[in-house]
Amino acid sequence: MRKRKINGYLLVGLIITGALLLMTLIGAFHTPWDPNAMSATEKFQAPSLAHLFGTDRFGRDIFSRVLKGSGTTLAIALATVAIGAVVGTLVGAVTGFFGGVVDDALMRLNDALTAFPSILLALLVISIVGPENKYNVVLALGIVFIPSFARVTRTAFAGLRDANYITSARLMGASNGRILLIHMLPNTARVLLPAVTIGFNNAVLAEASMSFLGIGVTPPDASLGYLLKEAQSMLALAPWYALCTGTVIALLVFGVGLIGEGLQKMDREVA
Amino acid sequence: MKKKILAVILVLGMLMALLAACGRKGGETPPAVKERTTANEITIGIAQDLDSLDPHLAVAAGTKEVMFNVFEGLVKPTSDGNLVPAVASNVSVEDGGLTYVFTLRQGVKFHNGKTVEMQDVLYSVRRCAGLLEDGAEPLVPALAVIADIQGEGDTLTITLSEPNLEFLAYMTLAILPADYDQQATAPVGTGPFKFVSRAAQDNVVLERFDDYWGTPAKLQKVTFKIIEDESGLVRGLQSGALDLVSHMTYTQISQLDKNDFHVEEGSMNLVQALYLNNSVKPFDDVRVRQALCYAIDKQGIIDMAFDGYGIPLGTSMFPSFGKYYDDSLTDYYPHDVAKAKELLAQAGYPNGFEMTITVPSNYQPHVDTAQVIVEQLKETGITATIIPVEWDTWLSDVYGKSEFQSTITGLTSDNMTARKLLERFNTQAGNNFTKYNNPKYDELFAQAVAATDDAAQTAIYRQMERHLTENAANVYIQDMADLVAVRNGVKGLTFYPLYVLDVSTLYWDK
Repeated sequence: MRKRKINGYLLVGLIITGALLLMTLIGAFHTPWDPNAMSATEKFQAPSLAHLFGTDRFGRDIFSRVLKGSGTTLAIALATVAIGAVVGTLVGAVTGFFGGVVDDALMRLNDALTAFPSILLALLVISIVGPENKYNVVLALGIVFIPSFARVTRTAFAGLRDANYITSARLMGASNGRILLIHMLPNTARVLLPAVTIGFNNAVLAEASMSFLGIGVTPPDASLGYLLKEAQSMLALAPWYALCTGTVIALLVFGVGLIGEGLQKMDREVA
Repeated sequence: MKKKILAVILVLGMLMALLAACGRKGGETPPAVKERTTANEITIGIAQDLDSLDPHLAVAAGTKEVMFNVFEGLVKPTSDGNLVPAVASNVSVEDGGLTYVFTLRQGVKFHNGKTVEMQDVLYSVRRCAGLLEDGAEPLVPALAVIADIQGEGDTLTITLSEPNLEFLAYMTLAILPADYDQQATAPVGTGPFKFVSRAAQDNVVLERFDDYWGTPAKLQKVTFKIIEDESGLVRGLQSGALDLVSHMTYTQISQLDKNDFHVEEGSMNLVQALYLNNSVKPFDDVRVRQALCYAIDKQGIIDMAFDGYGIPLGTSMFPSFGKYYDDSLTDYYPHDVAKAKELLAQAGYPNGFEMTITVPSNYQPHVDTAQVIVEQLKETGITATIIPVEWDTWLSDVYGKSEFQSTITGLTSDNMTARKLLERFNTQAGNNFTKYNNPKYDELFAQAVAATDDAAQTAIYRQMERHLTENAANVYIQDMADLVAVRNGVKGLTFYPLYVLDVSTLYWDK
């Protein structure tokens, strides 16, 4: 295997994402202030050294809330992508490898799901499964994310199905399970990884949209989307709230996007 | 892929610029205010949709607030808390309070053009009192006191089974046409405004009723625009889409341009409280409820979430109800975390417990209050979780079926009786959504209803208030300040001691 060169996209993406992840990780254990602690004397303070991102209408430290909020958002996005990727890959593997009626049936179902706008579909799932909390948001978004993964992996599996080394493996008596897992899955990584990064970004934005609409995280807890929802009601009084929160979302999506881009580019260079 | 990156950077840049522009102080360029084509109409923003347009079936205070302009009873309340004849032209009380004789006003018209006849009045009163032949339960339990209703010519005689001092206040019930079954969709009343249209979740349009018997309304058309989003209301005012919004928060008000708006301040005439479901654990234990009262700092809530605007309350009564209001109950439970912990320990919760607070998510003041309460309860070791629900869900599940542990809302009275505010904690009351259950209270209530002397009755009502406080039926918070944003030029806003918005007195003055 040739040595893979880390390109600029990947590097910058890793730096941005890494920095944000590190901060979020620290934020999970320690924040400068209690993110929910209120202070009547410190309402609507502009960013300062004490409060890097300023304070909101309850005098809560926005920086601490953003740290906690990005933790929630990241957790939701990761769980969502995990559901989407695992189930989607499974569906993609089965349909791509075996083909036939199963393929047709599952892929048409897939098409049907794709036909709905994703947020609408997620809202539908939530209204069916019950209370609006973050676990149901994960479930809803996870279901919504399955089709895109299924489609991508199906193509990859279908393309590999007739490859010579698969035929060889089959002639050597390898079981279908072994072929799928050991021989094919690793070779779909080159399409799966970029799909995961794109999916992750979409999940971050989807969570933000849903929380913005008031579905998902319950107050006083925070997620990036919920913080934006809060921020928009005080845009004139505390513009830094929306600005700081929005920037964090933008940076996160930008960084992960760069990683995805870098991975694809690297793959093309190798190939 | 360089283009893609460039595009992303450009978008980021634009976002920053946009946000930076929003953040500019002073607002050198005020948002363009739509030129008014006519000085005859006004658009009022309200935070929630109406529930039932049928005034006898509506339960939401927000609905009654709007429909106050469409319906009238035999008598109606004035802004100073008195009752004046409306559909009736004269009222007299005879037989020591046992008989009420109403003389119908001549020529009062319904909005559909028909004249109010005796049969309409009989129908309306009987419907509320459960005396129609369909055998339905009384819609207004207090009217079960009616023994007999007779209508002859234009004289309506109502005989009570026992004297009732507050009976007249209940005769504000809306007079509706007898032979009309579209009340829920196209309501018809006798008020200064007639109902024109309603678009669910969007708006309700009222128009001046030109055949109104009394002082005609000044405006031709009033549109109530439903915006279930607090910043939406502010943007609506700023953009010129709305002219008047009641029940605003100080945060909302402070975003408005002083050159365009002024603020009028009254009180909302409601009892905002953390209402507890007294039938579920742990709130079936009085010590736990008292602990909550000590743990929650109402002045802290008012300072934190309401910028100091609001009158702290200690029981189910507010100051504008004058003689019934007992100010000494307000500080019955001073903020005392140690005391709260002690009571919790006695009740078997030395380490606190977990509870949920269900709040209607469209009503930001209640959501804000909930957030402050969650913080305050932490000091006592109680972990509270907020469950935001849609307004419809709140009405059906929390208010209708008592499926909640605790909730924050404001309870109002639609007439000037203490009974209206206190009856709901009586075991028999159909609207006892807090499931308060105390024989002593029921007994007091029965005494109050049967009282024949106003002073004695007032004294019993005050005892009932004290009872609610001592037993910590709920955690009482405040009568919220009513900050009304009014576009400059709009005059005539009148505050009532009830939760209503009288639009008949509003006018433009330029």
